[in-house]
Amino acid sequence: MSDREIMYRDALREALHEEMTRNPEVFVIGEGIAERGGSYKVTEGLLAEFGAKRVRDTPISEASMIGVGVGAAIAGARPVVEILYIDFAMLGMDQIVNQAAKFRLMTGGEGRVPFVLRTQGGTGGGVAAQHSQSLEALFYHIPGLRVVMPSTPYDAKGLLKYALRQPDPVMFLEHKHLYMTKGHVPDGEIIVEFGKADIKREGTDVTLIAWSNMIPRTLEAAEALAAEGISAEVLDPRTLVPLDREAVLKSVAKTNRCVIVQEAVRRGGVGSDIASIIQEEAFYDLDAPVTVLGGMNTPIPFNLALEQASVPQKENIVEVVKRVLHADLVA
Amino acid sequence: MAKKATAKRPVRKGAAKKAAAAKPAAAGKEQLLDYYREMLLIRRFEEKAGQLYGMGLIGGFCHLYIGQEAVVTGMQAATKDGDAVITSYRDHGHMLATGMDPKGVMAELTGREGGYSKGKGGSMHMFSKEKNFYGGHGIVGAQIPLGTGIAFAMKYNETDNVCLAYTGDGAMNQGQVYEAFNMAALWKLPVVYVVENNKYGMGTSVERISASGANLHDRGKAYGIPGEEVDGMDVLAVHDAAEKAIAHCRAGKGPYILEMKTYRYRGHSMSDPAKYRSKEEVNKVRSTSDPIDRVKALLIDGGHATEDDLKEIDKSVKAVVSEAADFSQSSPEPDPSELWTDVLIEA
Repeated sequence: MSDREIMYRDALREALHEEMTRNPEVFVIGEGIAERGGSYKVTEGLLAEFGAKRVRDTPISEASMIGVGVGAAIAGARPVVEILYIDFAMLGMDQIVNQAAKFRLMTGGEGRVPFVLRTQGGTGGGVAAQHSQSLEALFYHIPGLRVVMPSTPYDAKGLLKYALRQPDPVMFLEHKHLYMTKGHVPDGEIIVEFGKADIKREGTDVTLIAWSNMIPRTLEAAEALAAEGISAEVLDPRTLVPLDREAVLKSVAKTNRCVIVQEAVRRGGVGSDIASIIQEEAFYDLDAPVTVLGGMNTPIPFNLALEQASVPQKENIVEVVKRVLHADLVA
Repeated sequence: MAKKATAKRPVRKGAAKKAAAAKPAAAGKEQLLDYYREMLLIRRFEEKAGQLYGMGLIGGFCHLYIGQEAVVTGMQAATKDGDAVITSYRDHGHMLATGMDPKGVMAELTGREGGYSKGKGGSMHMFSKEKNFYGGHGIVGAQIPLGTGIAFAMKYNETDNVCLAYTGDGAMNQGQVYEAFNMAALWKLPVVYVVENNKYGMGTSVERISASGANLHDRGKAYGIPGEEVDGMDVLAVHDAAEKAIAHCRAGKGPYILEMKTYRYRGHSMSDPAKYRSKEEVNKVRSTSDPIDRVKALLIDGGHATEDDLKEIDKSVKAVVSEAADFSQSSPEPDPSELWTDVLIEA
């Protein structure tokens, strides 16, 4: 074990590099990912290393770029399709939802789709309504897709490596605000299996469930709460599909309270679904209503102050947790 | 899949391919007989499917290929092992032509365990890894990027195989088709786009909804993709065009578009009475350009076969189809536990 710290984007690049070295079937396509190295530099240097056959720039044609990737996957290759912004993945929803997600079942299990779509979402510095969305709920809703949302460099690397070794379509959702964040990633092989939540901070009073960029923010909130004598546990499911229900229920059984923090808009979100699972499975463990703190039900505004006000901030998390605990005291 | 007992098929594929490679222009006796058997198998299969649908044994959608048999038969005779096929929802003929077992296809139509997709795919969604058949797709045009991707994988893996991506005329106004054309041409992918122009996209004639009229083979011009119009009711013409297009792809020259002028005798699906065209129009095509009658005439007039010889073939085809129909009714319904397989399920 080393104490090496690297950035999220470098961790992703390492995962791609290692898996491309390991498996000649893995190739990467996307807009500006080869010669330009990707808008967020995740694929920088891969062209020089692996050549134009395996690291390929595409036209700006998201629908068919995803379709070509899915087609190559059903024929046995291992494509990684990078879609610059999750907002642009909407152009390829037919191929994701109607083809990739359903192929295995429609073929009676004979056909598999070892396809990884890498993209990034979330707010970050005023890129406005069409480049800032958190759309994981759309994919979460579709049976047949895996939905992965790493929050740390370690998870990013381990999950991407795992994604490239399993046979089903993966929506690998990164966050634009996380690319430059640093974290511990040991040298050598790391693999993070899907469906295994990670407790990012242990606590006893309340379980805070968050993912992606809400993890660093929730950890900050937990730190602030600790200063006020509140011990918050922070649980990162890391993959929304499959979801580690066992870990969620175990943590809630310990703390008896739960707040779910999501950047995506509150309405129809993954948080609501996790809340419903908890109330169905762990109602008698609860000392307070499960609360979901999500983004406002609005397109993301451009103005920075408005943008920040539209998604949960540290202060909002602290406030909601206190409210949940207060409700418990009153009862 | 052990449950799909392999039937002795009436078509000798190998012979068809050899004959085709030797002399495509003047088809020999064996090749003509192969075409006759193959097209007749598709037609009788589809007639039986229509019948079973009428009896309520097949549910959902069912799109019959009757009238278009020459297209897939002529195309497939020009393929070799490892070549792939992907198509839309009017797909039964393609499956039979790639050599898939009629029993497994029919049992999928009835939604039974012995079907190619264990009853979970249905008429529009079947697949065979063994025959490189990639479905059966229900979203109009979506199989075009997928077929382009299959060709991508073929080139990536440095094979000299070709993907035949079939589509109807209706899909030729879908946006993703043109994105795929661009990529296929840009990367010189080995894909033949076979446009089966049967004149109607569901219930709308191609002229009424296409800016360029019926000249769909021209649609790749902007990308430098060669295109050709072919008499899709003439299996020999189809085969000649197929040889040329496939050779182009195998030589690494990139994609090719073949527009097959063809005709479907039945409605868009079983529930379509096809009131958007006249009975006279249908009857005229049936009586003057039926693909099976054409080959039959070549066989008889050329002295290659007698009426009795052909009757024997009819009989053997009928037996295969009726065996498929029996199997499709005797194969069990899928077990309810099948709902929990072949997809990631979270309890």
